[in-house]
Order: sequence, then structure tokens, then C-alpha cells
Amino acid sequence: MSKNKKIFFQIVLMFALLGFTGILINNLIINLTRTDIGFKFNWLIKPASFSLAEHSLPYSPSDSYAWALFIGWINSLKVIISSLILATCIGTLIGFLRVGKNSFFRITTAGFITIVRQTPLLIQLMCWYFVGFLSIRNNTFLNIRNILNISNKGIEFFGLYLSSEFSALLLGLSIFSSAFIAEVIRGGIQSVPLGQWEAYRSLGISEKQGFFKIIIPQALPAFIPGLTSQYLNLAKNSTLAIAVGYSDIYAINDTIINQTGRAIECFIILLFSFLILNLLITKVMGIIDKSIMRSRI
Amino acid sequence: MNLKNMINRLFFGIAAFGFLLTGCASNKQENISRLSLIQERDELICGVSGKIPGFSFIERDGNFKGLDVDICKAFAASIIGDSEKIQFRPLTAAERFLAIKTGDIDLLSRNTTFTLSRDSSGGNGLTFAPVVFHDGQGLMVKKESGIDSIQGLANKSICVGSGTTTEQNINDTFESLSLPYIPIKYQDLNQVVAGYLQGRCQAMTSDRSQLAAARSGFKNAKDHIILDDVLSKEPLAPASDGSEQKLADAMRWTVFALIAAEEQGITQSNIDDKVQLAKNNPQLKSLRRFLGIDGGLGEKIGLRNDFVVKVIKATGNYGEIYDRNLGKNSDVPIPRGLNEIYSKGGLHISPPFN
Repeated sequence: MSKNKKIFFQIVLMFALLGFTGILINNLIINLTRTDIGFKFNWLIKPASFSLAEHSLPYSPSDSYAWALFIGWINSLKVIISSLILATCIGTLIGFLRVGKNSFFRITTAGFITIVRQTPLLIQLMCWYFVGFLSIRNNTFLNIRNILNISNKGIEFFGLYLSSEFSALLLGLSIFSSAFIAEVIRGGIQSVPLGQWEAYRSLGISEKQGFFKIIIPQALPAFIPGLTSQYLNLAKNSTLAIAVGYSDIYAINDTIINQTGRAIECFIILLFSFLILNLLITKVMGIIDKSIMRSRI
Repeated sequence: MNLKNMINRLFFGIAAFGFLLTGCASNKQENISRLSLIQERDELICGVSGKIPGFSFIERDGNFKGLDVDICKAFAASIIGDSEKIQFRPLTAAERFLAIKTGDIDLLSRNTTFTLSRDSSGGNGLTFAPVVFHDGQGLMVKKESGIDSIQGLANKSICVGSGTTTEQNINDTFESLSLPYIPIKYQDLNQVVAGYLQGRCQAMTSDRSQLAAARSGFKNAKDHIILDDVLSKEPLAPASDGSEQKLADAMRWTVFALIAAEEQGITQSNIDDKVQLAKNNPQLKSLRRFLGIDGGLGEKIGLRNDFVVKVIKATGNYGEIYDRNLGKNSDVPIPRGLNEIYSKGGLHISPPFN
């Protein structure tokens, strides 16, 4: 095929695709008008008139729906980022133990991964919340001076107060994701050819040094794609917050849909909020990936 | 991943999403009224809650039971002529309105509060049938807490179902009294109950009927009290799509038929006798019209003329439905109070069948 033909073909394909999308969007708008659902966003500036238990920024029921949604987004972000960090720490530790020499740890971590991976997250979350936190009957489970206090109201750590809803979600999400992350770590480590282990051993390098200085740097590039996909899953799974009463963006959306009846708009906002969030995660992971690749050259 | 790549992916994603949405939106048939559609389909798709004892609840045998369910049966009896031809769809509070608008369900009989924004074309775009249960929002607390009024709940946590008028009412009430409180919101009534019982909140709020229904399932029902404060009017009514006038008429007059039958003492057991009586006595003009012997009233709203007979045979009158589900001997006894017919001091009244 000549170059001109190729370009012509590309242009035709592009127009066909644009036309197709146009038809779909047109169809959607027609259908929305016909079913009388319409497509408006002016309700966003009206007062929300519902209160929220948790907000990191000032919020009152007389603030607008848009602000309530933003507060929800911040709440989501808060739980996603903290779970992401906690899950990575737990997951990495478990992943290391899973491939380690200690057979006791190898078996227990394998058991942990099996149980956590084979049960639904929703059930785990409810378990953490209703069975874990709320069933602390006499109000206090653990109280170490004024440093750590775990009760059915939540966790208090050095004056930092985490509600039981947030704590349950944080723990549930982190533990669930950590099992997957552990498997990513194990896969990455096992992708390093056996020869490398033999090589550092034959050079007389200690196990610890060999593992962290020889094996891990080679396994790192294999971690990134798996980790990225686990992080994206974690972010999306955070919408299960609604099951444990945490005011994340999905829960707030739910209330707004009910008050305004604007389900389509709300879901589009929700979709884009998560799209932006996940594109950010992908971007950051891409940068990390690139810097690792560069450091290897 | 470079930017161009990202934009490409985004573009394809949006296209795929648009495709999905068009799929959802276009299954509504044009130029045929919902009422005829139900009759052609020979089955009524009725949205219920499925989680509130006394209103709609799945029994041990897998069947739905409750006041809302019986109202659905009455609709099926009047529209199709058979109260068994129903498909029940359990819906959450947030799902229910869109389910009507997209046409997934024919009508909603799900303890839904009749409000202006829900009824209006600028709001949720529904139309409500007459109220089938007059309720009010209340608060339940543990007896041992010593709380006996709303003022006692200042700075306390309150468990509330999200996406309901309940959530708005509790906020309005506490704000107008300038009382601070912490709302703990759950999507599902069962979770609200669990949160309350487990001690996450000092009080739970919902419609008083639902509080009574929930309390009936507690181990020690006597340890919980429903405060005397009533936070709101909650007239619960079935609803349908606001653009379906014919279906709305059929629903409206089916509910009125239930009330009118109680006013006239027509019950499931004496309906056959009443029909016979009306047939034999041409001078009983209003009874003959009501039971569809004269007047052709049913036809005017797209139903068969004897729809009232079908309805009463299937479910009994309003009082019978109430007693069966919420009466003294039911699992969830709630005193009739405002839900008596007008002649006994309640609020239920039917316009004339003329």
C-alpha cells in the first residue's frame, strides 16, 4: 500500500469513528429528552440540605451539592491513599515472607492469601465493621495510655481520631488488596532467573544483601504493571464504603440522586471523578516505571 | 503511557459508554401506553422494598408479603384481572425512581413518601396514587440511655438510611432546633438497625411504622422506646411515571376502590353476595355502578367494568389488607390511628364512583 493510500484509509476510519460516536451521543440525548429525564447540571449550585458525619474541609447542609460532592471526593481520596500505602506495606511484607526460607511464614502467608482472595470484599468489609468494630461491647477494646485507643467509636492514635467507618474501610480495603499485592510481589521475585540467586551465593554475598541488592532491583520492573492494576482496583473498590456507612463520593451521590432525581448526571460526575483519580494513579505509576527503567540502563 | 495514547483510550472509553447508555435508554417503546403494555404483557412489574416486615418482606416460603405487596396485587387484579401475575422487583431507595423513568418497572409500591419534588415534572417526574399509609418520622432509643426527647440527642450519633426523605427531615429538625448531631448513614434499613443495635449510634430514625416493624424483630423489644416526637408527615403512596396518565388513573381508582369498599362494608367474603344483591336490585344505583353492573366506569379508565370485584376478591378491602399485615394479630402490629377511614376518624376517604 502506498503512503497516500494509508493516510486516506486512516482518515476514513477516523471519520467513521467520529460519526459513530456522534450518532451514539445524539441518540442518548434524544432518548433522554423523550423519557423526560433531560440533561441538566444547574441543580449542582443548590443547597444540599443534608449533613455529613465526616468532612475534612468545612461543610454545612446549606452548602451546595457541588461542594458536598467535592467533600465526598476528598473523603474517597483520603481512604484510597491511606489504604494504598497500608496495603503496599502489608502486601510487600507478605510477598517477601511468601517466597522466604522460613516455612512457617511461607505456609501462614499462603493461607492468608487464599482466604482473603477467595472471599468477597463486601463481606470482608461488613465483617470488619459490624463484627469487628461495632461488636466491641464494653466500648473499649484496647486502651494504651493516651496513645492508642480502639473502641466501637473508632481508633484514636496520638490524638488523631479515625471513625469506626473509616477504620473498617481502611482495614478492609488494605487487607483485601494486600493479598493481591503479595501475589504480584511473589510473581515479580520469581520472575528473576534462578541463576541470579546462584550467582550471588557463589560470590559469597549474604542472603539479605543478595535479596535486596541483586534480586529486588531486577524484580522491580515486573512489580509495576501488577501494582498499577491493583491500585486501580483498590480505588474502584473504595465505593463499597456505602456498605459501612462511610460518606465517600458514591454514598453522597446516592443521597443526591434521591433528592434531585438526576441519576444520569450524578453517575456521569461519578464516572469522571473516578476516571480522573485513576488516570492520576496510572500517570504516577507510569513515572515510577520510567524512572526504574532509566535507572537500569 | 503518553498523552496521545491516553486521549485515544479515553475516546474509545467514552464511545463505549455512550453505546451502553443508548442501549439502556432505547428500550422504552413508543406510542403505546404503559397500561396497554402491561395488559399485553399479561404481567405487572412492581417495584417493592422487600426488607420491611408488614410492608414488603420475603416470607420463609419465598413469597412477598405485606401492605405494599397487597397493593401491588390489587393493581394486578384491576389492570390484568389476575392478582398472581406479578413480578416483584426489590429496589433500594436510590434505585427506585430511575427504575420507573427507564421503564424497568411499571409502578412503585415501596413505602415512598409523597412530596412535591417527586410528584413534579421538574423533579423526579412521577405521579402518585392516593396515600395508602399515613406515617410520620420518629426516633428510637434504648431505654437504658435515659433519653426521652429530641433535646437529649444533642451531640449524639444517629443512624439514618441514606437517600431518603428521612435524611433530610432529621437534618431540618435538628437544624431548626440548633442541635448538633452526627449522622451515621447506611444504604439499607437492615444496616441502620445493625448499627443501632451494635451501639454505633444512640438513636435510629425512620418512619415510625418502620421503627415498630424493626423493633418487632428485636430480641428484647421492650428495651427500646420510640420517642413521642414526630419529625414529619410521611404520607406513603404508590407511584408511576408522570407521563403515563392512563396508568395513573387506573392506579388512583384502584386504591380508592379499596377504601370505598371498606366504607361500604364490602369484604372479600361478602363480595359475591353484594354482586348478587346489586344484580337483583336495580334501585341500588350507586352499588351497581361501584361493582360495574351499570355505568361503564371501568372502561373510562381503561379497565374492565367489574375491576372493583376482581380487586376485592383478590385482596379484600383496605381494612382487610391493613389487618392482615399490620393488624393486632399480625407480626407487626401498628395501631390504625390516622389510617382509619374518615368515618372512624382517620384520613382515608374515597371520592364518589360516579
